[in-house]
Amino acid sequence: MLAYILGRFVQFLLSLFVASVIVFALMSVLPGNAAQVALGTNATPEAVAALEARYGLDEPPIVRYLDWVGGMVQGDFGTSYVTGTQITPVIVDSVQVTAIIVVTAIVLAVAIAVPLGTFAALEQRNWVGATISALSQIGIAIPNFLAAILLVMVFSLTLGWFPSQGWTAPIEGFGDFLAGLVLPVVALALVQAAILTRYVRSAVLDVMREDFIRTARAKGLTRTRALFAHGLRNAAIPVITVAGVQLATLLVGAVVIEQIFVLPGIGSELVRAVANRDLLTVQGIVMVLIVLVLIINFIVDLLYPVVDPRLRNAA
Amino acid sequence: MAETLLDVAGLTITPADSGAPVVDGVSLTMAPGERVGLIGESGSGKSLTALSIMGLLPEELSAAGSVTLAGFDGNVLEASERRLARMRSDLVSMVFQEPMSALNPLMRVGDQIAEVLRLHGGVPRAEIPARVRDLLVSVHMPDPDGARFAYPHQLSGGQRQRVMLAIALANSPRLLICDEPTTALDVTVQKHMLDLISERVDAVGAGLLFITHDLAVVAGLCDRVIVMHGGRIVETGSVAEVFTDPQHAYTRGLLASSDLEATDENGRLFTLRTAGEYAGPGGTERSDPLSRFAPPPPGGATDRPVTASARAVVRRAQSAPEGGDPDPLSDPDPLIEVAGVSKLYRSGGLLFRRRRPVQALESIDLSVARGQRLGIVGESGSGKSTLLSILAGLDTPTTGHVRVGDITVESASAADLKTLREHLQIVFQDPFASLDPRMRIADIVAEPLIAKGIGREEREARVEEMLRAVDLEPATMRRYPHQFSGGQRQRISIARALVSRPQILVADEPVSALDVSVRAQVLNLLSDLVDDYALTLVFVSHDLGVVRHLCSDVVVMKDGRIVEAGTTEGVYAHPREEYTRSLIAATPNLAEALAGAR
Amino acid sequence: MSEPNPRDTVATDPAAAAPAVPERRRRRLGAPLLIGGVLVALIVVLALVSFVWTPYDPGAVDPAARLESASPAHPFGTDRFGRDTLTWIMDGARITLLVGVVAVGIALLIGTPIGILAAVFAQYPWGGWIGAAIMRANDILLAFPALLLAIIFAAVYQPGTGPAMAAVGIASIPGFARVARSGTLQVLGSDYVRAARAANRSPGAIAVVHVLPNIAGMVIVQASVTFAIAVLAEAGLSFLGLGTQAPVPSWGRMLQESQQFLTTHPELALWPGLFIALAVLGFNLLGDGLRDRFDPKMEVR
Repeated sequence: MLAYILGRFVQFLLSLFVASVIVFALMSVLPGNAAQVALGTNATPEAVAALEARYGLDEPPIVRYLDWVGGMVQGDFGTSYVTGTQITPVIVDSVQVTAIIVVTAIVLAVAIAVPLGTFAALEQRNWVGATISALSQIGIAIPNFLAAILLVMVFSLTLGWFPSQGWTAPIEGFGDFLAGLVLPVVALALVQAAILTRYVRSAVLDVMREDFIRTARAKGLTRTRALFAHGLRNAAIPVITVAGVQLATLLVGAVVIEQIFVLPGIGSELVRAVANRDLLTVQGIVMVLIVLVLIINFIVDLLYPVVDPRLRNAA
Repeated sequence: MAETLLDVAGLTITPADSGAPVVDGVSLTMAPGERVGLIGESGSGKSLTALSIMGLLPEELSAAGSVTLAGFDGNVLEASERRLARMRSDLVSMVFQEPMSALNPLMRVGDQIAEVLRLHGGVPRAEIPARVRDLLVSVHMPDPDGARFAYPHQLSGGQRQRVMLAIALANSPRLLICDEPTTALDVTVQKHMLDLISERVDAVGAGLLFITHDLAVVAGLCDRVIVMHGGRIVETGSVAEVFTDPQHAYTRGLLASSDLEATDENGRLFTLRTAGEYAGPGGTERSDPLSRFAPPPPGGATDRPVTASARAVVRRAQSAPEGGDPDPLSDPDPLIEVAGVSKLYRSGGLLFRRRRPVQALESIDLSVARGQRLGIVGESGSGKSTLLSILAGLDTPTTGHVRVGDITVESASAADLKTLREHLQIVFQDPFASLDPRMRIADIVAEPLIAKGIGREEREARVEEMLRAVDLEPATMRRYPHQFSGGQRQRISIARALVSRPQILVADEPVSALDVSVRAQVLNLLSDLVDDYALTLVFVSHDLGVVRHLCSDVVVMKDGRIVEAGTTEGVYAHPREEYTRSLIAATPNLAEALAGAR
Repeated sequence: MSEPNPRDTVATDPAAAAPAVPERRRRRLGAPLLIGGVLVALIVVLALVSFVWTPYDPGAVDPAARLESASPAHPFGTDRFGRDTLTWIMDGARITLLVGVVAVGIALLIGTPIGILAAVFAQYPWGGWIGAAIMRANDILLAFPALLLAIIFAAVYQPGTGPAMAAVGIASIPGFARVARSGTLQVLGSDYVRAARAANRSPGAIAVVHVLPNIAGMVIVQASVTFAIAVLAEAGLSFLGLGTQAPVPSWGRMLQESQQFLTTHPELALWPGLFIALAVLGFNLLGDGLRDRFDPKMEVR
């Protein structure tokens, strides 16, 4: 068990290293001259040289990479070439906003999808199950930004229940904070819930066909009770995998929702940095997002043996 | 019959979306404490009948008729799931075939037993742990205290079936249904399990409905048998009646083809068609197995039917070495020699995974002479399949030497391996996995010829000829594997193996996945072809009876070693090793079982 | 199955005589396949027709007909420049399909061979680590979601359809590699491949004759699902202004531009939204339907 955790951790560190090299190569080496990119094509050679000297861009790539990584390890993402401000505070502030939205959304999605998917599997053969299946199929096809627009149309512009945009920090007014959270979170959660419902349904259907469910029924459990006592935990592994992937995708996928609702999340900062041609900020944000994705994957890997004893001594 | 335990009347089971019933008008009754064997081959409807009694029929099937049980009010087929749940395990319990998947993999064994006690509330909560331990002891579980905390994957197949039995009998039901509970187990384990079922059913005083395809198992265990075929009951009666004086042609055929010791006048196993001449288990016409390996007497009444022998002549002519083709496997004797072969498997892994090597084979020595029929017998994990793969050059030994003809297999060059494979062909166990589902039969059988570089026209001619040789109509060669039954698929496998006219045929459990009646057909075919093509045969099986019928010599393997070797009859009649003796004793034998029952 | 059998009666062959476990809708055209096929065909027809005919010139600005509601002249209405929405929907279908085809093409042509190779290497004792390394690299690529990769590309190069297609394609490689690897491992481990090896077929012949036909179904399903993801990603990127650039019509950008008219002209958002949803639904259903068809479980009787 310890060997398994250690193995996964080494894998995590290795992935982190490789990913940082890829990001650095993509953002700092491939584009050629970062200073030129930042200043635009009309900049004079003198201005470019001055900027290069100021931020150490004339150093060889390896030195710059080590500088960058060394800084990040100490929590310093460097100074933007474009705005001249520290990048770290921007990331720290914005990632909190995104984390609140995304985690709330995934919790909501799981809370909707697990009962709904299970129910759809149990009622597979009648119209209730068929309706849930059809609805989730349609839900998957709706992009979250379309869902957001529809929600805004109905609940904000027509009914006026929730604000159509803006972010209130919890300390400035908890009620406003919650109200502002509702539509973006629901927009994200509905689509993810639709996807997750399909996976829960098929995982439960697979489990219901297992021999041990028949054994449980032969022991004197009804079909439904056999599912709850024996089936759900067995269905958990594929569902955990999918929920992990969803959480990771949402971190980035929330960017569109943040734009629509004008939320100061990490996605908004990313898009702003891209528009400003602020490569170092983009690089820092991308790395933070990838670290988060890898951490999620690592945690999911650790969950498997908790659920399934067969994986405990396998490693 | 004063009291009835179970009464099934007019049970008809139909798939929801199509009309043809899979169980058709089945009626049967059981008295309390009675032991009934329900016999049938795959597709006979025996398992579905059992599931309807439990009220566990899959939803896509609908059942008509009535099932009534003593102690249950009304028709099981029409009862609600809630009422059925209360009845199951209280009145009627079931042990299923597949020990690997019948227990919840995520739950400790003790908890799974405790659950069934808790559900029916017969045992006070505080006493449940002690009762769980008692139950594990009652099924002779080794280390019952430790086993309670084990997960199913930590137990062997036999141990899991013991746990299943403990669960099934925990609430002392009036009827126990066993659906092929020992089919997936090794023979020695099967014997213990059957004894245990018998002992526990007695102790609890339950009736037993035992479902199996294996007649010998029933004969030793049950009072009465019911024979099903194609969804109907074809015969029913006491064990002695049905097995010694079967009335229905199908029963007679089943009985005849499952008896591997009885052969007809040509030394061939009885099949459903030739069953008329069968004298019954332990009948007077015992053939002398060794005589089959002597050269056939010239002409006379004991010769094969005309068609068969005519075909044989043609084949012998064809299988003669092609003119001018030097035969690389011609000179040395013996043809196959295995010396000091060991095989270690390492469990692979990239990072931080402990590597525990598994000893699959340990210093194996054996030799096979040209034209010999060698059987390799062993239970699961004995290493017999690994040995085959090494012989065929599909796997390499860790140490030791393998010589086939004048080819040293373990260090063979690519060209040598090619030659080896032209002369040594394999038939695999699973007829459903060994044919590519997306290829036509003609292409499957032609594969070895394509690799040999034989032209299209000759290829087609030889494929057609080979399909005829295995009794398949060449018109079927445009079809795909899923359009054939298991027995037919195995014949296609044999055709593919022999189409390139090899000298050696290696068969890996080729009949163990087949029904009894089909098994006899395929064994007869195999035996004929080995004769006609003058093949050297290496035949791997877990079934001593099959090897005894087919092979002149036998090697017994256990845990990667050879424990005993010799002529088949010699080993069978005078086994030197304890393991061989236990293997022979555990193999179900119809004649002995009948004698014991009477 | 009624070939004459001189040795035994065929009728006693149990699998031939008795119907086995009921097969569920084996060869019937399922509803998902049908609906998915129709929706995909609809989008393809829209795109094809747009090459030869659209109601209006997509670039034609008509200040007199700004923000019109549906009418016989403009069945889907017009946008803030008076451009015909139906024309833009038709033209937008092209970009949607183009992005899907290119992205799926990249992922399929790179991912499938990678997956097959990883599986083949895993067969050899000396190649195990190569197979494992390929799959590790694959896992790392999995940490770059399509949208993130596309944003990186848009930052490094100019935002546009090209980088968007490339990013979505590259990000979808791991999916194909995984499917191809697991399928190939399954096929290579089968008895029919052992039989083919015993019959002297070369590794190349085994790959072509046995592996490819048997994994084709799974790869096609993956392609269909990836297509749906690509359509979503393109729409999202264009919505952010990082995908297809003006003046090329794109559903995602139409949706983005409609945002400021949500109160007054919600139909401007509904039309592109509806078509994005229909396209995604179509490809997802097609994938589902094909999966039912190709599911190896259905193959076994």
